[in-house]
Amino acid sequence: MSTLMEKPAAARSAWPAWFQAEQRAALAEYEALPAPARKDESWRFANIKALDLSAFAEATPVASETRLIQASAGLAETSAKLVLGNNALLLREAPALPKGVIFETLEAAASNHADLFKKYFMAQPVELGSRKFAALHKARTSGGAFLYIPANTSVTLPIEIFQWVEGANASVFPHTLIICGENSSATVVDYFKSADRLPALACGVNDLHLARGARLTYIAVQDWSHETTAFHLNSTIVERDATCTALIANFGGGFVRGENLSRLVGEGARSEMFSINPVEGTREIDQRTLQDHVAPHATSDLLYLNALDGKSRTIFAGLIKVEPGAKGTDAYQKVKNLILSDDADPNSMPGLEILNDEVRCSHGATNGPVSAEELFYMAARGIPKDKARRLVVNGFFNSLLARLENAPLRTHLESLVAARLSIA
Amino acid sequence: MSLKIENLTANIGDRQILKGLNLEIPKGQVHAIMGKNGSGKSTLAKVMAGHPDYEVTGGSVTLDGLDLFSMGEPDERSRAGLFVAFQYPMEIPGVTIANFIRAALQARLPEGEELDAVEYYEELYKKMDALKIDRKFTSRAVNEGFSGGEKKRCEILQMAMLNPVYAVLDETDSGLDIDALKIVSDGVNAMRSPERGFLVITHYQRLLDYIVPDVVHVMVDGRIVMSGDKTLAHKLEAEGYDWVEKETLATA
Ligand SMILES: Nc1ncnc2c1ncn2[C@@H]1O[C@H](COP(=O)(O)OP(=O)(O)OP(=O)(O)O)[C@@H](O)[C@H]1O
Ligand SMILES: [Mg+2]
Repeated sequence: MSTLMEKPAAARSAWPAWFQAEQRAALAEYEALPAPARKDESWRFANIKALDLSAFAEATPVASETRLIQASAGLAETSAKLVLGNNALLLREAPALPKGVIFETLEAAASNHADLFKKYFMAQPVELGSRKFAALHKARTSGGAFLYIPANTSVTLPIEIFQWVEGANASVFPHTLIICGENSSATVVDYFKSADRLPALACGVNDLHLARGARLTYIAVQDWSHETTAFHLNSTIVERDATCTALIANFGGGFVRGENLSRLVGEGARSEMFSINPVEGTREIDQRTLQDHVAPHATSDLLYLNALDGKSRTIFAGLIKVEPGAKGTDAYQKVKNLILSDDADPNSMPGLEILNDEVRCSHGATNGPVSAEELFYMAARGIPKDKARRLVVNGFFNSLLARLENAPLRTHLESLVAARLSIA
Repeated sequence: MSLKIENLTANIGDRQILKGLNLEIPKGQVHAIMGKNGSGKSTLAKVMAGHPDYEVTGGSVTLDGLDLFSMGEPDERSRAGLFVAFQYPMEIPGVTIANFIRAALQARLPEGEELDAVEYYEELYKKMDALKIDRKFTSRAVNEGFSGGEKKRCEILQMAMLNPVYAVLDETDSGLDIDALKIVSDGVNAMRSPERGFLVITHYQRLLDYIVPDVVHVMVDGRIVMSGDKTLAHKLEAEGYDWVEKETLATA
């Protein structure tokens, strides 16, 4: 098996030559950048030991292609589906895509739509700590998903993307690039899944771009094996009067580092940043966020819910940044930790940096146990304690899912959460 | 076969609330408890349900001979056939009524057996219709934002779905309007059977016109001090509790 540092076999790369050159430069950058250290502010509280990636190797093509395609089932009704396994395309279906919508692998888009690719692919600077891992991603990404929705086009039914990893110590570098044209709208559900319960590395990047008046609902269902080390670096750019609702459900991963940036660059832009995180055992979910208000009269609303059991850890470090010109900003940031065990370790660092006076901002973090009265009431109806706790956690997450407007999507996510919590 | 409470004593903190309480409800009967505010009626209900705030210091409660206090957690008592409709039902944000009752029923099935969802909803809707509870309530969080009367009706719905052997209703009539009182009483009366016993805690004789009790007990300061037939409730309603306290002091 080859290591991460070695070049992937030439035959596997369908990238255009110019991008392959960029990948070589990115690999050099990855090697040159220092590993994060405990004293780095952006890695405060993080388990630095989890960042040793020496055990992971380049993934080989998936062995259980048919099974993975069969298991790539989500919503009952979709307009298109892309299935990728170990960085390669397994299936593309697009029965109901409106004219002009481009939905293909990122690798294909680099050749077919080089202008769009060059303009939007990893166009944002990595500001939340993971420059090194962003470089690794760029150096090694292949496959990937590319979605372009032309102006004034509505994709009514959701689009689903499944990105699989298979094999012990395999590495995947999923990338989802979504470009929403002016006044377009779409809903995308992006699933990250493991074919087996084995250690793996996932180092993914998302770029979401919403042009004026666009509406995007983006759901990431991160369901890697609990043995997986995962990085998910997300950047969202919201232009004038556009609205992005993004929800990240971290169901899996042993060590998960999420960096979520949302930049509001046009007046009236709106960004909702949601996350639900059931954590147990020794799992660690480390999330750093930035709500960057560049334009005036924009809104950002962040709500992260963590339910911590066992010896699990969560880290939330969030910053609302209001740039000097961003008067009339509405920005909210809230993290709620539901504590299910004395050994759980929630770390919350909400933050504000306000360079304009005419703003409305609030931020806060709360820690609370499951209410003893609620547990007693459920017990009084015969519900065992463990089940009662899971019902409370389920209710905690459902309170956030209630904010999604699309009813079939909400119901689907509710059933995924219920399944994750083993509630029949 | 009975629900039997013998010499029960219980504390909250250092304070003794139940002071040697004796009561037996034979299966098939409805007993009522009346008593002043603070006499310990709800304490009795919650002690039986296993509320963690109360410490049982002596005595026993048995369900058809089964010792309640030797059961581990409160959920076992419920599954053994005890139901308590609370005076102040708790709210559970985010857990819908439908999922709540379903989990309670599922907990009564043997390991590995799944509740039939279609049958469950049929049954639930039937009982909701009978209690005139809007079907929309199935997707509302348990008791969250419910009016006082809605909470009480929801308690009775739970009882109807769980089919207990012994049910304790703590002031289920408080907060109900006249129509709701009839509906809820009908619901309870429909469940009266030789296979089931009821303990109805109330302040109002009126309820006992609808749910006619076999025996009425008077509770004073953590004890049952007097028992009689339904006419006792009329006398209490007309004359209050002072005479009871005088009489019992005289005989003490
Ligand atoms: N959690 C508690 N902490 C302190 N005191 C309590 C608590 N629960 C009950 N008590 C006290 O115990 C006594 C009995 O209360 P209980 O609720 O059993 O009365 P009750 O007979 O049900 O009254 P009511 O008719 O008003 O419902 C009261 O003096 C009450 O203040
Ligand atoms: Mg009371």
